[in-house]
Amino acid sequence: MVELRYFAWLRERVGVGHEQVETEAATVGELINELKDRDEAYAFAFSDLSAIRAAVDQELVEFDAPLAGAREIAFFPPMTGG
Amino acid sequence: MIRVQSELFDMGAELNRFAADVAGAGAVVSFSGLVRDVATGDLSKMIIEHYPGMTEKALGEIAEQARSRWSLTDVFVLHRYGEMTPGEPIMMVATAARHRADAFAAAEFLMDYLKSRAPFWKQEIAGDKADWVAARDEDEVALKRW
Repeated sequence: MVELRYFAWLRERVGVGHEQVETEAATVGELINELKDRDEAYAFAFSDLSAIRAAVDQELVEFDAPLAGAREIAFFPPMTGG
Repeated sequence: MIRVQSELFDMGAELNRFAADVAGAGAVVSFSGLVRDVATGDLSKMIIEHYPGMTEKALGEIAEQARSRWSLTDVFVLHRYGEMTPGEPIMMVATAARHRADAFAAAEFLMDYLKSRAPFWKQEIAGDKADWVAARDEDEVALKRW
């Protein structure tokens, strides 16, 4: 099981802030595809990947990053701090 | 020092505290970001969401990078989350160095990096509308100069 976390408008579109999932995905990109296949809310939330960033165990990563050993995977829009 | 908090802070008091603690510095540079009203002039509040845990970690890494690139005696990053109203401070960075060039450059670097590498998201509430602030391409371009 891994913990998934969602922030900002991605959280609103998915409908939850966090959840635990079982996944066979080897990479962040594969996990996104699994989520998109679940239902329309996820398909809509992840429809434009250029507007999405990912972090594995709180480190920003690219979509080809491996998931082996990951405990927490987060998805969010580009950051707007400052 | 890194601080993430929801409470309002006093920019002057924070800067004075920082400047009082920096040993051997000849220059202190600070930047503060304020809640700016939207074009329509009816912003009632701004809500900042963050990623507890990752936020502190990301800010710490950005501060460490600044320390490794410039000769700094101290670095301070303070960023708020939660609800705030127009005119309130959102965040501040301060750098201290023996010479001003290092302090200025490091402060700009910190700002550029935390704009698009620290996990904060701004939502503007104006009238009955709540809009997430979109990241700007210029912010991403700004990173390339470092």
